[in-house]
Amino acid sequence: MSWVTKYEMQDTRNEFYEEVVIAGFGGQGVMLAGKLLAHTAMKRGLEVTYMPSYGAEVRGGTANCMVIIAKNKIASPLVSRPDSLIIMNKASLSKFASRLKAGGLLIFNSSLIDGEPQLPDTIEILAVPADDIALELGNLKAANMVALGAYLQKRGLFGSDAAADSLVDILAKRHHRTLPVNTKALHRGAEYVVSRS
Amino acid sequence: MCGNEALAEAAIIAGLDAYFGYPITPQNEIPAYMSRRMPEEGRVFVQSESELAAINMVFGASATGKRAMTSSSSPGISLMQEGLSYLAGAELPAVVVNVMRGGPGLGNIAPSQADYFQATRGGGHGDYRTITLAPASVQEMADCMPLAFDLADQYRMTVIVLADGILGQMMEPIVLDKKKRRKLPAKDWALTGATGREQNIVRSLWLGETALENHNYKLQAKYENIQKNEVLCEQYEVDDAEIVVVAYGIAARIVRPAVNKARQAGIKAGWIRPITLWPFPTEQISRAADQMRIFLTVEMSNGQMVEDVKLAVAGKAAVLLYGRPGGGVPTVDEILERIKQLTLPAKR
Repeated sequence: MSWVTKYEMQDTRNEFYEEVVIAGFGGQGVMLAGKLLAHTAMKRGLEVTYMPSYGAEVRGGTANCMVIIAKNKIASPLVSRPDSLIIMNKASLSKFASRLKAGGLLIFNSSLIDGEPQLPDTIEILAVPADDIALELGNLKAANMVALGAYLQKRGLFGSDAAADSLVDILAKRHHRTLPVNTKALHRGAEYVVSRS
Repeated sequence: MCGNEALAEAAIIAGLDAYFGYPITPQNEIPAYMSRRMPEEGRVFVQSESELAAINMVFGASATGKRAMTSSSSPGISLMQEGLSYLAGAELPAVVVNVMRGGPGLGNIAPSQADYFQATRGGGHGDYRTITLAPASVQEMADCMPLAFDLADQYRMTVIVLADGILGQMMEPIVLDKKKRRKLPAKDWALTGATGREQNIVRSLWLGETALENHNYKLQAKYENIQKNEVLCEQYEVDDAEIVVVAYGIAARIVRPAVNKARQAGIKAGWIRPITLWPFPTEQISRAADQMRIFLTVEMSNGQMVEDVKLAVAGKAAVLLYGRPGGGVPTVDEILERIKQLTLPAKR
């Protein structure tokens, strides 16, 4: 039937397949960061899915989204064992850290989370003072972009400039005056990773 | 675009004339999108005072020959059942979208597949059916809308699009298709003003002796015709399989990696995904049952479609269920574990 999406048998073990969870509290822009990541990957010809937690979240409670980026068609859009975690607050760290795949990557907002999380040795941990960097840029709300920029630099999927180019598609028009600060924040996140390595 | 928005835009492209609806999570993006786009297109958008009003507005608009739809989520669809029965009796085309959430009662807003019985058995009173389409991706949320409207018009009946909270909320890249699909009969039954022609009557009340019985035989003949001609179903690696997993909608997406992993582990597994839940792919499943021992049905409920699988298998093979009710979503590992449990002991 012509309208049915066809899925071929795929051995995804050797093909590029990255599952990401971005989590924080409501208002930290984790949904926006996830949409921007998915949209940028889509524009670069990759397969993507984006799944937000929806509705039942309370203000100040945890919000999260799941993004999958792959070379081939993606079957399940749900992530139970992420390859990468971008964690913006403490509550999300305790909720998601144990789900990371062995060999996974944890990026966390060290402005709001004290100390180094205790995780297995195989997991690479990167502390990014996302709130502090965003404040230096004059807008705390850009902390999500700092963390995303750091993630992109670390994983090397594509540069922070590619994500910055997609901002205009994802940000609602009424927020377009924040394009410059969000763009800067993406680059500063990437630069932070470079300065640490 | 999220699934709800993709579905809404596809409905507009498919020639939707009038949308009626009342908000409920997790489908609010549909009325929100329609409230902006329908007036832009010079078409009708009404936020009704209730679901009951919405379905009866659909009845009225459809009776005039227009393409009409409503959308809701489980509790709201329950409220519409009277209207759905009347639509069936009056043989009016309608498209009803149910973005399912956890039940019973107000339940929760998590994704669910627990309205399968309600959708495929008619739902309201009387002997009737509704064609039920089960998309499994954002692309299919869009693609099933032109099909739903065409089927509704062709057979003069309700088509239900049965999605769930995940499909409504998730985003995937899609391509919107503008092709027109089917050649449809003229709506010469519609109430368009009886100038220069006999009057048309739209009704579901048949009081004459045997009138209602004959009306039901006519409906039944239509339903048999649909069962023969409109089944849609996708299958994968079924021919040599010792176990076939049957799942629809988002559950079928989660089944795919589980079946692939089972194959990699040396288990001959396959899957069947019904796309039309009514008419159900009874023949396809019956044929598969001639060659294999085990069917595993995976559903986000305590087991509803599993009954149709059992009817199709008719005792020729074992039919088991892995269900997660009340908003629970099965994981790939859970399904894989179940496949292993069911197949590996027999090999020793």
